[in-house]
Amino acid sequence: MSATVNPPVAFTQDELGWVSWIDPLPEAGLTERHFNGLVDRARAKSEYFRLLVRDPEVLEARTKTDKDIFYNVADGLPRAERELAAAATSRYNGCIYCASVHARFASTYSKRRDDVQKLLDEGVKADLGERWNAIVKASVALAATPIAFGPDNVAELRRVGLDDAEIVDVINGASFFNWANRLMLSLGEPSK
Amino acid sequence: MATPDIIDTLAGIAPGSALDAIRARRLQARENAQKSYLSLFEPIDARNFSLAERAAVAAFVTGLHGESPVAAFYRDKLVANPDGARLLEAIDAEIARGRTSGPYGSYPAGPLSVENTAGLIYRVSAASKSALGIRLVAALEHAHLLVFRPRDAASDDMKALLDAGWSSTGIVTFSQLVAFLSFQVRVVSGLRTLAAANA
Repeated sequence: MSATVNPPVAFTQDELGWVSWIDPLPEAGLTERHFNGLVDRARAKSEYFRLLVRDPEVLEARTKTDKDIFYNVADGLPRAERELAAAATSRYNGCIYCASVHARFASTYSKRRDDVQKLLDEGVKADLGERWNAIVKASVALAATPIAFGPDNVAELRRVGLDDAEIVDVINGASFFNWANRLMLSLGEPSK
Repeated sequence: MATPDIIDTLAGIAPGSALDAIRARRLQARENAQKSYLSLFEPIDARNFSLAERAAVAAFVTGLHGESPVAAFYRDKLVANPDGARLLEAIDAEIARGRTSGPYGSYPAGPLSVENTAGLIYRVSAASKSALGIRLVAALEHAHLLVFRPRDAASDDMKALLDAGWSSTGIVTFSQLVAFLSFQVRVVSGLRTLAAANA
């Protein structure tokens, strides 16, 4: 925890570390209840998850919600565009750490690294083409408080080819990052 | 099913409807959004964050997002607590004082500084402090930061909660609760908007 922190000052697709501001649980003290909360045992190596596992039941439910929204690609919106919604939400809320992770995923799955970088560099108004613009705009409208998502967003998403199930994937993915961003931003900080 | 699905209830999604079928395709997410709600509001251990405190923070956070079925639901939940009606009076006064538009806040000094946006740095009014007590005063001030200017969060904010009597575990659950509600209120709003577009 007291290791030297070197916070990034710009959005990036580079891999970042994350350092907690309050004490995570020590790895050696984790019980089965905690491992159930972590879902993946390997997450015991992560300071972030060892902090959240202080409430294992909430962490378990949060993790399983997250995984289904992003990884269940049997149908619905392509993974790349779910990651785009996550990255755009993170860019708008200002979560440099979350944006780095999900911008990388968006690049990997879309093969459009330059467009993803444009989102990070120019912000949520960047022109990424009609379809991505509509997804970014909908994500941003959902992230605003008060929530600004409205019928125009639905109409625009339909115009660029999304059906209702895909629109629900945008709603879920963008909404979930309003959860994730607030934890990452407030319990610790990223470090290069 | 023991407890009706809270997102379906708040979004007005009827069994057998088109959105019910779409939500069923993400069953694990649906079930675990529900489990998230239950583990936050019907926890197996509330020692670090009492049920009344949870309901008070939830009423405040959802109220800051404006009037909605979600805000009404958590107001009712607060009133159902012993002492809830008295707390709600203070929470309502604080919602009125705290409402603004977000996200805003500052970035670490550097190229993003041009995007820094000023906004309300909310503090609980002197008038509400005695009704809320020291823990809830600190919680509401931090919840407002989480709702509107999460990028302003700093290690000193953790210290403020610890100094007000919050344990590290309590802070984790409290942060999860505010962050979860930020998710829930948006899913409900998004699904309602989509349903209305199809009506």
